Amino acid sequence: MTTQTLAPQTATAQAGLPEPLLRAESLQAWYGRAHILTGVDLTVGRGEVVALMGRNGAGKTTTLKAIMGLIEARSGRVTLDGRPIDRLPPHRIARLGVGYVPEDRRIFADLTVEENLEVGRQPPRPGAPVWTPEKLFDLFPNLAALRGRRGTRMSGGEQQMLTLARTLMGNPFLLLLDEPSEGLAPLIVRQMAEAVLRLKAEGLSVLVSEQNVGFAAAVADRASVIEKGQVRWSGPMADLMADESVRRAYLAL
Amino acid sequence: MSFLLVQSLSGLATAATLFLVSSGLTIVFGVTRIVNFAHGSLYMLGAYLGWSLIERFGGTVGGFWASVAAAALGAGALGAVMEVGLLRRLYRSPELFQLLGTFGVVLILQDAVAWIWGPEDLMGRRAPGLKGSVEILGQPFPLYDLMLIGLGPLVLALLWLLFTRTRWGVLVRAATQDRDMASALGVDPARLFTGVLFLGSALAGLGGALQVPREAVNLHMDMAIIVEAFVVVVVGGMGSLTGAFLAALLIGQLQAFGILVFPQITLVLVFLFMAVVLILRPHGLLGRAEDAPPSAAAAHAPPMVAGRGVGWAALGLLALLAALPLVAGDYAVILLTETVILALFAASLHLLIGLGGLVSFGHAAYFGLGAYGAALFVKHLGAPMPLALAAAPLVAGLGALAAGWFCVRRSGLYFAMLTLAFAQIAWSVAFQWSGFTGGDNGVLGVWPSGWASGKAVYYWLTLGLCAGALGLLRRAAFAPFGYALRAGRDSSLRAESVGIDVRRHQWFAFALAGSAAGLAGGLYAFAKGSVFPTLMAVPASVDALVMVLMGGVQTVSGPLAGAALFHLLETQVMRATDWWRLLLGLVIVALVLLFPKGIVGFLAGLRGRS
Repeated sequence: MTTQTLAPQTATAQAGLPEPLLRAESLQAWYGRAHILTGVDLTVGRGEVVALMGRNGAGKTTTLKAIMGLIEARSGRVTLDGRPIDRLPPHRIARLGVGYVPEDRRIFADLTVEENLEVGRQPPRPGAPVWTPEKLFDLFPNLAALRGRRGTRMSGGEQQMLTLARTLMGNPFLLLLDEPSEGLAPLIVRQMAEAVLRLKAEGLSVLVSEQNVGFAAAVADRASVIEKGQVRWSGPMADLMADESVRRAYLAL
Repeated sequence: MSFLLVQSLSGLATAATLFLVSSGLTIVFGVTRIVNFAHGSLYMLGAYLGWSLIERFGGTVGGFWASVAAAALGAGALGAVMEVGLLRRLYRSPELFQLLGTFGVVLILQDAVAWIWGPEDLMGRRAPGLKGSVEILGQPFPLYDLMLIGLGPLVLALLWLLFTRTRWGVLVRAATQDRDMASALGVDPARLFTGVLFLGSALAGLGGALQVPREAVNLHMDMAIIVEAFVVVVVGGMGSLTGAFLAALLIGQLQAFGILVFPQITLVLVFLFMAVVLILRPHGLLGRAEDAPPSAAAAHAPPMVAGRGVGWAALGLLALLAALPLVAGDYAVILLTETVILALFAASLHLLIGLGGLVSFGHAAYFGLGAYGAALFVKHLGAPMPLALAAAPLVAGLGALAAGWFCVRRSGLYFAMLTLAFAQIAWSVAFQWSGFTGGDNGVLGVWPSGWASGKAVYYWLTLGLCAGALGLLRRAAFAPFGYALRAGRDSSLRAESVGIDVRRHQWFAFALAGSAAGLAGGLYAFAKGSVFPTLMAVPASVDALVMVLMGGVQTVSGPLAGAALFHLLETQVMRATDWWRLLLGLVIVALVLLFPKGIVGFLAGLRGRS
């Protein structure tokens, strides 16, 4: 335990700043009898990119799934803009403007690229950037050439871009991005990082789970470090990069 | 030549109806992964609704078609209600519960329709504007059938447009592949699936309503069509619309020409065709490998342990049962005899389901083979009872060995469908080959030998044989054979990799279960003095499943308790009313929804919690 645990959040609350966009408090989750999340506390402010970091099995993916409502066995409190969402099913959470991009991509393999995008489409949302297929093809030029192609016949990088584009079709203002750099070639990782920064510039807030410190450092404003189902350290990304002891304690292999 | 052409055309007309119904079934399966037994009942409901509406409004062309459409919508609405009330709770359940739950709806609708429309066949009026016939190469052919032939491809085209060109269709296809992901993208899968059930059921209703001008509407339409639609869907590849269309065409022709060549065994022909297709193309004509539904029969099966002291408890129970005739009257002894027989029947099925994870939907075939085997030995060879009783498990075991060789090649729902197919073959042989089996009249006068004619003596004989067989089954469950079966159930890949020949074990288990069921059947024949084809029909197989389910799939003593409870319910409650189907259906639906672990499992769970 470091003395810095949760300090930045406490400071924010004391300063009387507005309620963050997303707030999770003592979020717990189970897979069967396995207690995976034992109490996750984190926040994402408006327009902020927060990296959720930790080793394999620490609970990053489970945290995102639990926020999205994809794990039924969950407890604790999650609010979006002050409104509780921890009892809602995934489709209701999505319709409130939360976009979820899974780590394993989960492209609808039988559907074409355009059909995949169509599944994600939701009406425009005030306060969030509006996306169309054309605008997304502009963001991910590789996809434009593949419009009519089925999901089965795409490379890993193309699938990752399609997953992100598909979620953006829902015009979210908060993005839950699970390990976007995993298993991708360095060039594609760089493109993903650029895409995340451009989304931030468009006004999106992002909670991105990441093991790749370089990727996180490139995109995130703040970091929350998770270990054994709990957030053990939170603070500005720059502080994490400066504090080698924290990185060694929770991130080094 | 022209006769053959007209015969082929009438096969096409049959195929059109078959396709309408099967397309609905395959769409519902593709999306929900549930094989909806009640689909045939929705077809029947469409026919009855259509009949009533056409009688009242069908005098004009517009009135006729409006009536047909309204009947389809009515069936669709009921399908939607069924999704919300039942299916929605079963999406994550093992297929046994899904099949049984929807079969409960079959029973409920049978009685509901009989209550509303009465038991008599109803003749509908002909379709206005399509009453005549046209000359085709000098042979008359009904205009109405010609319209049906055109309707099949039209519906296929419309469905194709719906699923590829509309947002709803794209969402349905997405949710079919990955329900959770679609949901995370803001799609409400529950509403989508209600819509799919509406569409599928409306297609069944449409098929039913369109039959009104062609044939009498009756209470047997549901089982007749569902069994054919199963075959079409399995042959075409489960979930494939084009496959269903192709399969419907082939089976329509098979029936049209089969009836010319082998009028006695048209039913058998269809099932043989299905078996051959499945062996040549395991996923059907146009099905894909990844469409194979996972076998979840025994997901999270708790380890079965041989409890200590079980042997003494069993001996105590046996002594108690053996002493009962000393105090009980004749009627009670008859009931006890039947209960003991059913317990063996249920336990033999339990061996397949509980240990092997093989959900058989045609286990009654082997009970029936045993019963017929014994009865026919007596009738044709004048064999004495002991010989006939010895023949029963042999005949059934041989039958199971033959059918099992095909069935264990597939798992999960395909296995269930194959067992169902073989049961239907056995049933149709008993039903149609009246010269040998007595047909619908069955075989009468199968009475025990003189020394065993007393009710108590026959009961003791039954008790002794059944207890011996149950002991053997239990022994097998806890022998290496049983462990190998369970290993194959939990992970056939891992079992294979440690050197277990999973398929061979499943095959032997199938034969063992079959011959145990056959012994039960033989005993049943002598207890009743007669056998009938209904012993092998689908409802009899379902009865056995209900007994296993009542007792709990993952308990060894469960089937015994389940058989006792079921038989008590059947004789004391259900036979006391004319609406026993309705009651049984409600019991099944309640069981499936409330006690997914069966009653014994439920009690054990309560004990474990406190």
